Amino acid sequence: MKSAARRAAAYALGLALCAASAARAEERGVLLQSTTSTQNSGLYEAILPIFTDTTGIPVRVVAVGTGQALKNAANCDADVVLVHAEQAERDFVAAGYGLARHPVMANDFVLIGPRSDPASVGAAPDLNTALSRLAEGAAPFVSRGDDSGTHKKERALWTRIGVMPDPRGGWYREVGAGMGAALNIAVGMRGYILSDRSTWISFGNKADHTILYDGDPALLNEYGVIQVSPAHCPSVNAQGAAEFIAWLLSPAGQAAIEDFRVAGQPLFMGAAR
Amino acid sequence: MGDFAEALTAALRLIVTLDAGLVEIIALSLQVTVTAVVIACLIGVPLGGFLAIGRAPGRRALIVLVNAFMGLPPVVVGLAVYLLLSASGPFGVLDLLYTPTAMIIAQTIIVTPIIAALTRQALADMSLEYDELLRSMRASRLQIAATLLWDARPSLATAALAGLGRALAEVGAVMIVGGNINHATRTMTTAIALETSRGALSMAMALGLILISLTIAINAGLLSLRGALGRGVVA
Repeated sequence: MKSAARRAAAYALGLALCAASAARAEERGVLLQSTTSTQNSGLYEAILPIFTDTTGIPVRVVAVGTGQALKNAANCDADVVLVHAEQAERDFVAAGYGLARHPVMANDFVLIGPRSDPASVGAAPDLNTALSRLAEGAAPFVSRGDDSGTHKKERALWTRIGVMPDPRGGWYREVGAGMGAALNIAVGMRGYILSDRSTWISFGNKADHTILYDGDPALLNEYGVIQVSPAHCPSVNAQGAAEFIAWLLSPAGQAAIEDFRVAGQPLFMGAAR
Repeated sequence: MGDFAEALTAALRLIVTLDAGLVEIIALSLQVTVTAVVIACLIGVPLGGFLAIGRAPGRRALIVLVNAFMGLPPVVVGLAVYLLLSASGPFGVLDLLYTPTAMIIAQTIIVTPIIAALTRQALADMSLEYDELLRSMRASRLQIAATLLWDARPSLATAALAGLGRALAEVGAVMIVGGNINHATRTMTTAIALETSRGALSMAMALGLILISLTIAINAGLLSLRGALGRGVVA
């Protein structure tokens, strides 16, 4: 009898705490786990105030690599994730952590290196040749090495040309850092690196580096947005998350994304369909 | 040298114009670190006193542990606190992740061993000197500890300053548990990391210069305060 009463009390306390935390979720707005590439570009500072002004819902952004963003969200430490690794996003939804994946925006990846271009990447006729020339090891190639969306894309590109870069081989350097930090390292090493175009355009420490190869369809960089499942995570702000995603995919949200410019250049195209 | 000149100009401009963003992150940095250091002192000073004077079994092992934990890697502390406060962790229901409170918890864990170890060392050194006198006065252990702590004020202030310096300079833990969220959990150090990753190196360096100046100002302020209150006690 006593233990039943105690269990009931514990249950009531648990319920109260859950209700309290759900109520707090409403107040705290939307928590977005996203990528360093989007934050470093300044996109969120441009578009989030527009959303908050129209809806009154504040959005807080935690910027980490795609791998960590999905992991944090699976731990229920997010209401929405906006990342760029389609397969990992589909796995996240399939595992029941997220409701659905919506393409939200896109840009492309570019190969960046020193102007002197010791590996002759700039003169390569196609992407595979450019990659093979990098793999000859004339200059260091800086890999994010952090399981981010950009890192996943880069590994997929090596697989495509049948090269398994060896991190101990000398030319392939896994730095384990965010996009901007990795760019700083590549510039410092006079090496090559794969970056998303938006981070590169808004990057302030370009020194003697420039875009050497771009334009291949395989270099498309699509960002997906996913609402964290309230069934998996009862503490999420489901209503705020749904409103935020609906806005991102609406004409107004897509226009806000496309209107964001750095040095006169648009960084992202809307990709909602 | 161009970068440094640019950084210095940017730093001066930020300070002179009282840049709102700068004021916000400095205020948060101070709020988090000072709170963490105060809590760490409340735990660390009595703990250090116990380690110096107390006679419990396992005291030696505890001393080794506390001394070693002065070097706790902030990123590991951050990760552990993240796992504890995560919505799927044991304390997730408190909803503290990505708040200044979470940052205070992580920094308290980092700073407490520093305060405790330095307190213990100061008291241990002093008790060698005072031991006979206090024994002859038949003072109890509690009285001995209280007397030593009072006389060790200057060393305790130094311990607190060491803890404050460590907390103000720390980035690994606050980045993970705070999330570097604009207008919510962005501090001086996480802002510097962000500006660096944006390649805005002179802005990052400008913030760094301001942080270092702030640390110097705090130390100078406390030193003069200590001079005023010390009543002849020599540090």
